[in-house]
Amino acid sequence: MKTIYKVPSAITSSDTTYCPGCTHGVAHRIVAELLDEMGLTKKTVIVWPVGCSVFGYFFIGTDALIAAHGRACAMATGIKRVHPESFVMTYQGDGDLASIGIAETVHAAARGENITTVFINNGNYGMTGGQMAPTTLIGQVTTTTPYGRKPELNGFPLHVPEMLATMDGPAYIARGALDNPQHITQAKKFIRKAFTAQQKRLGYSLVELVSTCPTNWKMTPVESIERVKREVLPIFPLGEFRAVKGVE
Amino acid sequence: MDLKVIVNEERCKSCGLCVNICPKHVLRISDKINSKGYYPVELFDNENCISCGFCYLVCPDMAIAEVKKPEFVK
Amino acid sequence: MGEKLLMKGSEAIAEAAIRAGAMAFFGYPITPQNETPEYFSRRMPELGRVFLQAESEVAAINMIYGAACTGTRAITTSSSPGISLMQEGFSYIANTNVPCVVVNAMRGGPGLGDIAPAQADYFQSTKGGGHGDYHSIVIAPHTVQEEADLMFDAFELADKYRIMVVVLVDGLLGQMMEPVEFKNWVDVKKFKTPEWATVGQGDRAQRNILISFDILAEGLEKMNCVLQNKYAKIRENEVRFEEYKMDDAEYAITAFGTVARIVKTTIELARKEGLRVGLIRPITLYPFPEKVIENRASNVKFFFDTEMNEGQMLEDVKLAVNGKKPVYFHGRLGGIVPTAEEILDEFKKHLGG
Repeated sequence: MKTIYKVPSAITSSDTTYCPGCTHGVAHRIVAELLDEMGLTKKTVIVWPVGCSVFGYFFIGTDALIAAHGRACAMATGIKRVHPESFVMTYQGDGDLASIGIAETVHAAARGENITTVFINNGNYGMTGGQMAPTTLIGQVTTTTPYGRKPELNGFPLHVPEMLATMDGPAYIARGALDNPQHITQAKKFIRKAFTAQQKRLGYSLVELVSTCPTNWKMTPVESIERVKREVLPIFPLGEFRAVKGVE
Repeated sequence: MDLKVIVNEERCKSCGLCVNICPKHVLRISDKINSKGYYPVELFDNENCISCGFCYLVCPDMAIAEVKKPEFVK
Repeated sequence: MGEKLLMKGSEAIAEAAIRAGAMAFFGYPITPQNETPEYFSRRMPELGRVFLQAESEVAAINMIYGAACTGTRAITTSSSPGISLMQEGFSYIANTNVPCVVVNAMRGGPGLGDIAPAQADYFQSTKGGGHGDYHSIVIAPHTVQEEADLMFDAFELADKYRIMVVVLVDGLLGQMMEPVEFKNWVDVKKFKTPEWATVGQGDRAQRNILISFDILAEGLEKMNCVLQNKYAKIRENEVRFEEYKMDDAEYAITAFGTVARIVKTTIELARKEGLRVGLIRPITLYPFPEKVIENRASNVKFFFDTEMNEGQMLEDVKLAVNGKKPVYFHGRLGGIVPTAEEILDEFKKHLGG
């Protein structure tokens, strides 16, 4: 028998504690696969966020830090500037990266900081019970938009890759999704390019991963992936938004 | 024949994503209960599994620990 | 050592930090200390070290936090409103047990305030500012020479205790020019990445996780005990103060920083009038030199505390005196600097009481 797929060694033996069907675990796994495949695991520092994935350091076995909410890109900048030979990545949710952390994210990108961000977009603040996030869709019901998000009250969702791709600092910006095997495979390719951008010191790299939150969307895991296809991907299209020479 | 899909039952949370995505319908939620109270998935039809690995790709908990493909000697 | 330079305080701080082995500066412009980041921006690249102007003080302190987690000597400088923004970072740094140095050139507040010197961040620096049960070591120089000397101590103490050290100055100490002689350069080639640092596991048997978090209260209590034990050691071993003409003093004035140097003139004036006044000048505001004040309470008639604030260190003086003798106060607010004569006049109001 030939092994086609095997859980990578960068994944620890701790059972993942995310909700059933939450795609954080898929994101963790493809990141871990790449760290192993690209020989990066022992050089890597991951800056974890405040959010459901604050516990991520239990599951991916690298040197790890937890940043204050939103500050991961600033913390990663501090590490990478003084220790450029380390492989430094942040893993952040939508509230962390695009709400409280938007300044730190934009400026790390603007500076072309040689760090990589994996950005989990599940359209709400999961850890705290499902409040509106910058990526919540118009009409989407959350615990702080019980009547559905209304543009006249709460404005419009942020398209982070599209925004960052207008800047010169980023080397690679993409959006993938974790709702089906094809997208997961594509998302892993995007993250590989992002990691390559850091290895080649080409600038900032970010991959947004459209993800599910069955608990706060009040759906089953299967209904959640169907919602991604039906409602989320038309608003947040997949693809590569910026890729400089060396990572195309 | 050896199992083509190795399930780590203790990690499974019965989310059903693998059962949903399997193109050959060889996976199902079992009657067993793991120590966390979930019904883990089982590969009940090894012969018809095509080792596509979709179950491994979509599993968020590393409960699909390994996917194997038989090698045929020519 | 040996060369005497005439330097502005805000630049002397930077040069001293560099000689003390600061390898990274992350900061943001704010009056009255802009000369400091500008000085770093010129000198750090000359030495192949890191300088980065951050997008805000919030970002700056988190960059410091990241660099600190690699065990690299990192420093930021700011002033009161910017320090307020950094408080979140201070709390995180404290419970992660990583070293760094922060300089606060205090200015008038609250709010946007003004750009004149003040001492109104004593509470913020010594009692917290950020959330939770934590402390930083707080050092308050009173001359440009002392600013330069204490920068070396700041980095040593930070590394020794894996703690943040706050160097508390004010706009006056930053802007004044005085002769300064720097200590010898620290040999940065001898610096090694500590075993606990997060730089990638490399050859280590275990990975390192540096966090300020434990979801279980029992775990967080243990983390807090680590901090409390550290602070107890610091209170035991790192108290610094100066006593000026206290040996025969009938009255004790307590003051720190800029006001303390003004008080030295007040004491000269007082002694000419036959008043035996002395100064107790805390150099470490945390750990506070409570024992020396407690001891002197037996000898003096009263204490007179004077600060450029509403009475902040006053509370620590009162706690140390513990009711044995009266503790009087004179303060100026909003960035006003008192004169030596003014302090003497206010002091004399309490005589014969």
